[in-house]
Amino acid sequence: MVEHGDIRVVHRGGSKINFRKPVITNDSRFLLCASGESVKVFSTSTEECIHDLRGHTDLVTGVLIKPSNHLQAFSCSADGTVRLWDFTDGILIKVRLLPSIVVCPLFQLVAVHLPQSGDQLVEARELSAVLTGISSNPAATVFGRGGEYIASANGLQLEVYFFKKQKAYRFSLKEDNKKGGKNTFTCVACHPNDDCIATGHEDGKIRLWRNFNHKKEYTYSTLHWHHSAVSSLSTNLLSGGIESVLVQWRYNQENQRDFLPRLGAAITHIAVSPDGALYCTSHSDNKITIIQSCVKVSAVIQGLVKGESVGTDLMIDPRSKSLVLNGKPGHLQFYSLQRDKLLYNLDIVQQEYIHESGLQQFEVVKAAFDASGNWLATVEERKQKGAELELNLKLWAFDEQTQSFVLNTTISAPHEAQITGMCFSHATDSQTTMLVSTSKDGHFKAWQLAAQSQTDADEGPSWSCDFVGAYHGLVPECCSFSADGSLLAVSFQEVVTVWSPASWELLTTLSQPPKAIRNLCFGRLSCSKYLLGTTDSNLLCCWNLLTCSLEWSTSMDVSLLLADPLSENMAAFCCQAGLFVFKPSEPRPLFSQKAVCSGMVTRAVFAPREEMLESCEESSQWLNRSQLYFLTQYMVNNTNRSAVKEKKSLVIDDSVAMTPFYLLLGKHRQQQQGGDDPQSGVSAERTPLPQGSVAIKELLQTPAHVLPSTSFLCSMFVQSLLISVTDSREESKHAEEEMESEKEEEDSEEEIESSRTRPEQQAAVGGGEAAESAAPAMTKAQVRELRRVKKLDHSWLAGLLDS
Amino acid sequence: MASFKPTKIQVYPKLGEKVTQDTLYWKNYKAPVQIKEFGAVTHIDFSPVAPHNFAVTAFTRVCWHLFVHIYGPFSQEPVKTFTRFKDTAYSGRFRSDGQLLVAGCEDSVVRLFDVGGKVALRMFRGHTKAVHVTDFTSDRYQILTGSDDYTCRLWDIPNSTELNTYQEHTDYIRCGVTSKLNRDLFITGSYDHTLKLFDARVDRSVMTMDHGQPVESLLLYPSEGLLVSAGGRYVKVWDLLKGGQPLVSLKNHHKTVTSLCLSTNGQRLLSASLDRHVKVYNTTNYKVVHNFDYAASILSLALAPDDESIVVGMTNSILSIKHRKSPEESKEISGQQRRRPSYRVFVKGKNYVPKQDDYLVSKPVKQHLAKYDKQLKKFNVSKALDTALETWTRHRKPEITVAVIKELDRRGTLNNALAGRDEQGLSQLLNFLIGNLVDPRFAPVLVTAAEMILDIYHSVIGQSPVVDRQLLRLQELLEREIDYQQDLLEVLGMLDTMFASTGLECLCNLFFETSDTFPDMTFVSHRLHPARLLV
Repeated sequence: MVEHGDIRVVHRGGSKINFRKPVITNDSRFLLCASGESVKVFSTSTEECIHDLRGHTDLVTGVLIKPSNHLQAFSCSADGTVRLWDFTDGILIKVRLLPSIVVCPLFQLVAVHLPQSGDQLVEARELSAVLTGISSNPAATVFGRGGEYIASANGLQLEVYFFKKQKAYRFSLKEDNKKGGKNTFTCVACHPNDDCIATGHEDGKIRLWRNFNHKKEYTYSTLHWHHSAVSSLSTNLLSGGIESVLVQWRYNQENQRDFLPRLGAAITHIAVSPDGALYCTSHSDNKITIIQSCVKVSAVIQGLVKGESVGTDLMIDPRSKSLVLNGKPGHLQFYSLQRDKLLYNLDIVQQEYIHESGLQQFEVVKAAFDASGNWLATVEERKQKGAELELNLKLWAFDEQTQSFVLNTTISAPHEAQITGMCFSHATDSQTTMLVSTSKDGHFKAWQLAAQSQTDADEGPSWSCDFVGAYHGLVPECCSFSADGSLLAVSFQEVVTVWSPASWELLTTLSQPPKAIRNLCFGRLSCSKYLLGTTDSNLLCCWNLLTCSLEWSTSMDVSLLLADPLSENMAAFCCQAGLFVFKPSEPRPLFSQKAVCSGMVTRAVFAPREEMLESCEESSQWLNRSQLYFLTQYMVNNTNRSAVKEKKSLVIDDSVAMTPFYLLLGKHRQQQQGGDDPQSGVSAERTPLPQGSVAIKELLQTPAHVLPSTSFLCSMFVQSLLISVTDSREESKHAEEEMESEKEEEDSEEEIESSRTRPEQQAAVGGGEAAESAAPAMTKAQVRELRRVKKLDHSWLAGLLDS
Repeated sequence: MASFKPTKIQVYPKLGEKVTQDTLYWKNYKAPVQIKEFGAVTHIDFSPVAPHNFAVTAFTRVCWHLFVHIYGPFSQEPVKTFTRFKDTAYSGRFRSDGQLLVAGCEDSVVRLFDVGGKVALRMFRGHTKAVHVTDFTSDRYQILTGSDDYTCRLWDIPNSTELNTYQEHTDYIRCGVTSKLNRDLFITGSYDHTLKLFDARVDRSVMTMDHGQPVESLLLYPSEGLLVSAGGRYVKVWDLLKGGQPLVSLKNHHKTVTSLCLSTNGQRLLSASLDRHVKVYNTTNYKVVHNFDYAASILSLALAPDDESIVVGMTNSILSIKHRKSPEESKEISGQQRRRPSYRVFVKGKNYVPKQDDYLVSKPVKQHLAKYDKQLKKFNVSKALDTALETWTRHRKPEITVAVIKELDRRGTLNNALAGRDEQGLSQLLNFLIGNLVDPRFAPVLVTAAEMILDIYHSVIGQSPVVDRQLLRLQELLEREIDYQQDLLEVLGMLDTMFASTGLECLCNLFFETSDTFPDMTFVSHRLHPARLLV
């Protein structure tokens, strides 16, 4: 029954846009940059992504405007192809296949003669090696004045190759000079119409080389401003490095320089538009800044920032439904999943970031939202060698007017040691919001919004500590609130303690020795009586809180356990990227798949869908309300690959349309009917019951105590029976079937995704009709009449009676 | 280009008591007027009619003459003095119309005065011992007296005859009140620990309450449903309507409570005690909301109508009168502050709304930075520290200096900023350290700075006597602090064993809370060992 083919992992974006130097088009209107496996075209004025040039099957390693036609651009990729695009319309024009030898990691510079041909797919065969042993960094290789020579630097050597003379000159530097500076080349730039090469070095020096067309008589002058490596140079003698200051040197009067400071993060690439009016800088935080004539930042294109580690878990902002994680140092980023765009950065640390390597900075390590999105709690810490840990707990209130978070309370040193876990009480209706933080100092603390005092009304309410708890001096690890906020579970190594937040009584302890608890999670909705935990000894335990006993446990190496906030489902990621989705109340998993992706899944989150999907596949039903997003280890290892992936269901219907009701009773009926008559069994199976009927959904999902009384239902039910009396039983069933298939056709128009399999199903339904063609057909009027009577759509009760 | 983010100055919680509505209200009194009386002031009573004169009962030890002074509400000289007492007078009280005044006496005679006259109108003889309690009944024609002969009596004023005698108390009667609503009801409190409610229509008490201590003072709420009694260290509130059920027992003084009074709106209860404090309680939850300190043990306390003044009599025979500040006066004080530019200056031109065809020329908003931030922006670390160490900042706003030091530390340039100072600069820095190192708010930052200073300058120790002296002072300071921490830890250990023996969970929680507050003070000893300073 469980099929996995229809659930697939989709890469949802967040690729690097700062991997290679961006290119500004001749008219300065567009900006092209390599982004993962595609080339993105941005508008320089509006920052919007205009086209996504897709086609490469591997990482795009370079983009270039075609010199002869400035409306076309080349892109090369690690898949061994060079593609020519019309970037204004986003059309692929040509594909050139390069022999595979080129992409092997020898880093030879080769000249490729591109044959002129009309075909779209061309294989280039003529290759000639120009330079060997060049640096893998494309910034270290550059064409000089009008393409007369090419300069390439690697290590301590600068190599200049003259195409006309077919001659290469090499210039070497000593490894380091007297003052301990490192002379290693980092980047090269050539003057556009003068014989001058500028090279950037590891120690922050810039050298200007002249007279290099004579091996012996070359000269160089040195410029020094940067304190560490010059990471990028451009033809206008712009330089940038980790200081995140764009420096413009004046050619021939090098003592004068202009600065553009505080660009946000280390500069990795600098590009200049052909007319020199626009500069753009790529930054290490996945950002491209467009600068007008070295004075004004006119636009910022920001991608998903990937810090060294995602200290804060992936979170969903309940208001904007955006993904929240730590991004730039000291910031939280709000990233729209729908539009693959960074919405905004929230400055948590609020301190000037000092761009210097080896400096310990404040980092956002934990963050949590409350259920309504009104409060955000963040923890920042800074660990200095030999000094005490600096911790700050900050609470942010959502401000309706500015539509962003405003700092409400700063608690310095909330704990004496690192904070291991933090969570808000989920209860949305309660008057007071509560935050619980656990720390390695052996305590957990509850923080509460203190009542507003009378005299300092201007200050408003602030947070203060409400309770400090401990359990036998053990270190608390995880904490979790139950769905209604009436219980708090805190794990102390192998012991789970359950507290009542109202009275701060220790209610019970649960434990599953011998190993420490790794994850802790309460069930939701109908499963809220269950508490799930995973241990280091590869156990997944489920405790029943009513009996305070272990309900079930299974041996499973779970690395991540998370609950869907909108349903009972829980997802567990195993260490080998296996994914299990289950309900705590049911022993059988709803969905399981081995190796969802390569590499370990480090973080994951359920994001609610904007519209509920109406998939009936049992295995994909758990994705109806929310989508599962996860971050893989990949991101850390190989950051240029896809970072955020999405698990997404494709709604593919079998011939049997499955309703929630069918799930409950279908199998039972199938057995029974299959037993007595194969023919009718088929017909029953083919009976497409109302799929996604709102009434049924309502009826099935509303708790029994909210439903109208049985007597009320009964009379309606009997009324519906009265009609079936006029026709034969089979007829009514058939009529129903017809009606529902009609309905399904309506549905199918909405479900675009399911359209692929629609013909198949149509055929199946058609088959069903044919099989029962003997039965007298029902007129449309009758059908309408039937529909009118069954306003509550409880026709399924008839089926219940039948079986 | 992002703007420069200024140095974050940490906001520390304000130390000291919190400012509440109550403290504002009760602090809004002028400096007290002090009047030297002839002896301990035993009773103060305000006249119920305007201009609310008050009668002060005091005696001199020298001649055992006893006075009842009547003061005007704002005068410092007595309006009138009654001196016709042979012995110590007690409990001078006004009648509800303010025309008559009654006072008891050590010589057991109760005297009734006309406020206008000097000679006693009536003398009630009958008690055998000193009369400490006198009061008018609500019908204004009878007088209640209570005496040390264990009796309380009712007298008729027109006939000056004794109406009734109640002999139920078994000790001195030292306080009593009459009901303002019912002419027949009165309550007496005695040193036999009991309060008795008498009804003049029957010949005995109708209700008895046990206070547990000798009763010093009694007070009836205006509604007369609640009775407050003071005796020993306790103030107790009784519900008369529930048959004298105790409602609350307050133990906020550490010596005998001598006097009680109620604020005019009935929301606050004041109690005065021999421990020199007057405490103000909220009458809804009986929490102390304010506290007055006085120079000597307080014997009597009275509050003028509308809380216009607080009058306190003390054992050192000083009468202290605090008058409420008039609204103009409280305004005057704020008006005395520096004149600021008017609001118009700031909004000048800013509230102009652009019209449709206007071309908007935007001007970048200039960011105003503090001096030290300007230096930090230029990476002038030494100069930044210098500006932060300017005298005014150092003394008035040490948190700014500390924040700059912290910022420099974060930037990894604190070493550079501290180094290369001359004798004067170094001694300035050391002075600041001496002043603030042991402050638990600043200690973590300053300890790092102190260690760095020692590392940098240990080679020049011995060259400058000024610096050497300061280093020695710093060492002394730290040694003292360490001793102090040691003591605190000992206390903590004692508490620990105490809580362990009680074994109650709530106490354990309390312990955790206290242990949370202690580490703030203990880390100095953990971090900075004196050995480091000896280099």
